Amino acid sequence: MNALTVERAGLLSTVQDGGRWGLQHLGVSVSGWMDDWSARLANRLAGNPDGEAVVEVTWLGPTLRAEGALTIAIAGAVFDVTIDGRRARTPLVGPLPEGATIEFGERRAGTRAYVAVRGGIAVAPVLGSRSTDIRSGLGGMKGRRLRTGDRLPVGAGAISATEIRTLVPAPWIGAAPKLRVLPMGADTPAAHERFVRLCDARYRLASASDRTGYRLTADRPLPDADAALISQPVATGTVQLPPGGSPLLLMADRQTTGGYATVAVVTSADLPLAGQLGPGDACTFVPSDWAEALRALEEREQALDRTAARIR
Amino acid sequence: MDAEISARILSLAGWISAQRWSGVLDVVPALTSVAVHVSAEAAMSGHVEPLLERALLEPHIESSSDGALVEIAVAYGGSDGRDLQAVAEAVRLSPEQVVRRHCAVTYRVFMLGFLPGFPYLGVVDPSIQVPRHSVPRTRVAAGSVGLAGAQTGIYPCDSPGGWQIIGRTQEVLFDAERTPPARLNPGDRVRFVPAVIA
Repeated sequence: MNALTVERAGLLSTVQDGGRWGLQHLGVSVSGWMDDWSARLANRLAGNPDGEAVVEVTWLGPTLRAEGALTIAIAGAVFDVTIDGRRARTPLVGPLPEGATIEFGERRAGTRAYVAVRGGIAVAPVLGSRSTDIRSGLGGMKGRRLRTGDRLPVGAGAISATEIRTLVPAPWIGAAPKLRVLPMGADTPAAHERFVRLCDARYRLASASDRTGYRLTADRPLPDADAALISQPVATGTVQLPPGGSPLLLMADRQTTGGYATVAVVTSADLPLAGQLGPGDACTFVPSDWAEALRALEEREQALDRTAARIR
Repeated sequence: MDAEISARILSLAGWISAQRWSGVLDVVPALTSVAVHVSAEAAMSGHVEPLLERALLEPHIESSSDGALVEIAVAYGGSDGRDLQAVAEAVRLSPEQVVRRHCAVTYRVFMLGFLPGFPYLGVVDPSIQVPRHSVPRTRVAAGSVGLAGAQTGIYPCDSPGGWQIIGRTQEVLFDAERTPPARLNPGDRVRFVPAVIA
């Protein structure tokens, strides 16, 4: 079986797919890729169905060696890479001949890149998903981040790429996004006030921001929320307001329920933008509504179709 | 924590998942609410919303049967339950009395959350209710039985945690290789049985 071997792991490289759905009622986190749009683009460029498992690369990328002749595609955060000895910049798709390496160099924009291989990363699914849930030790490579020496099996797939082809990165990679949000939680004047004030402030991601969620530092004080509430379900994109005034934006490895006051939820269309943020990055929240959220989602899907169609 | 509300929540959640509507990815009951997660395609097609609105009007969700009765053997106190002594002092009872009152109740699994298979059990006897630690411990051992206000729970794996730990069980609460993977399900009833009192 073809494989990718890890020669250098990078800062935080994990196997991810669309997530471990269907078990949140048992307390199992969804996990999965942080930037759904870029991960699916990488899969399409590699000639895969959208749902194949990929390697999510964070901040400092890995060096991976091909066992067997592979087709490889990279999207998401923009990196300088050396692929089989040739320098290139992502996003790209190209052949990775037997024994050749893809080496990640300088990061130019964004936080997370996705490495798709034709045939998909074929680690054994756990509870229906190949995603790595580090907190619970489920899925991916033994439930943990990749290490030097790991061997990632690659599924069967014909070689499709004959030369390296690059694309223009998505315009939002590296930008400070205006994340569209819907109000969520109690329908009271105090909750409305919290939502309005949330959307007035500007934010930076604190260092304690990871795949579980982002802790946001506001440029002005936010109203205090009710200290302890009873546990309620949460979603990826839920914005909570714990006591102290630093909102939490819940991301892929979030828990299934939470006890802090819920203020808003980021629209699905804008979650891929949030998924490209890292510590120190800036963002703001913009009030939206259900109709706009659905329209934005359709536009994001069309943009994915158009971008993937440029390479055929 | 209200058993009657919980019964209706679990019944509604169970009914919605049993419909197997296309595009529904997860149905998640909590103490007083149910979350229905749908795919992007389902959100765009809009077919799930009217189904949910109708589900809320259905009378079937009033009825709910009790889940399984599960006995969990717990070694209380000592290194397995290092907060037992402090809990007893806080509520002005002996450790033995705390254990007896913890074991006297048949608990309801109100929900699972926090970690795979972590049960939120209630309702704890008011005379032994204690708040969680203000600063969570960085590591609580798998199987640890804890108290937090009206709730008692069991850590399914080693994890950071803030609950007051009074004992430990050998039961494996979650195993991805097992079907079903979780030992306890929402709606089940749980009795703790003392294994050893250290």
